[in-house]
Amino acid sequence: MLNCREATRLHSEAQERELTFKERALLRMHVAMCSGCRNFGEQMKLLRDAMRAYAKGRDAKDE
Amino acid sequence: MSGTTSIGDNANLPPGGALHDESFLAALRRQMLRFAALQLSDAQLAEDAVQEALVGALRNADSFSGRAALKTWVFSILKHKIADLLRQRMRLVDASSLLHEDEEGEDFAVLFDRSGHWHADERPAAWGNPHESLRESQFWQVFDACLDHLPGRQARVFMMREFVELESDEICAAVGVSVSNLNVMLYRARVRLRECLENRWFLDGERAC
Repeated sequence: MLNCREATRLHSEAQERELTFKERALLRMHVAMCSGCRNFGEQMKLLRDAMRAYAKGRDAKDE
Repeated sequence: MSGTTSIGDNANLPPGGALHDESFLAALRRQMLRFAALQLSDAQLAEDAVQEALVGALRNADSFSGRAALKTWVFSILKHKIADLLRQRMRLVDASSLLHEDEEGEDFAVLFDRSGHWHADERPAAWGNPHESLRESQFWQVFDACLDHLPGRQARVFMMREFVELESDEICAAVGVSVSNLNVMLYRARVRLRECLENRWFLDGERAC
């Protein structure tokens, strides 16, 4: 079983590489029981979206 | 406010008119410099890269309209320059200069208990509908501040990955670290950034709007 520390590590690494089947299975089991890590995983995706938006020059009214 | 800037005859702004707005240009230049200096950790190189990017933008001044477009475009030129410079310098970087400042030892015990589970008050909360925040300009101020709070080395690789959009192996070569080192740094940067956003934006009760 993963603990939260390991689960969050995997959530981060999922942004860099495709997780293995086993890693995905372990992660899924963990987040089924752990709302904190479930939130964390969703927030990792949001961070990437936010960075993309940020890089795109974000708000037009930067004066 | 009819706060028109002091552009000479701006009745009919030429395309790329923003390039002639000095206060806008100065602010843009500052942002670019800060970013380039962080990425390259070399003030002179950063200065040169920013200069080149701006000159490149001037050359094609009529291919964009408005400040946002200009800013996006100038930054994308800058990103490419930085990526090139980093690739060129790969072998020159002294890895030890990056590794000795030990941010790895930093204390995640604040977040996790001894068995590696979240401390109750550190457990990530639900953020509601966070994509809505991306449309609020105040969110981006907080976001900026949170990026600024990342420790230097973490900030650097995180921006390389997420802003310059280099691949992991390119960053490893540029910075002189192993993939697992890089993954740890990115992980820590994301944990910090997440926490900062949660505390300063998403859980910040009533946002002053």
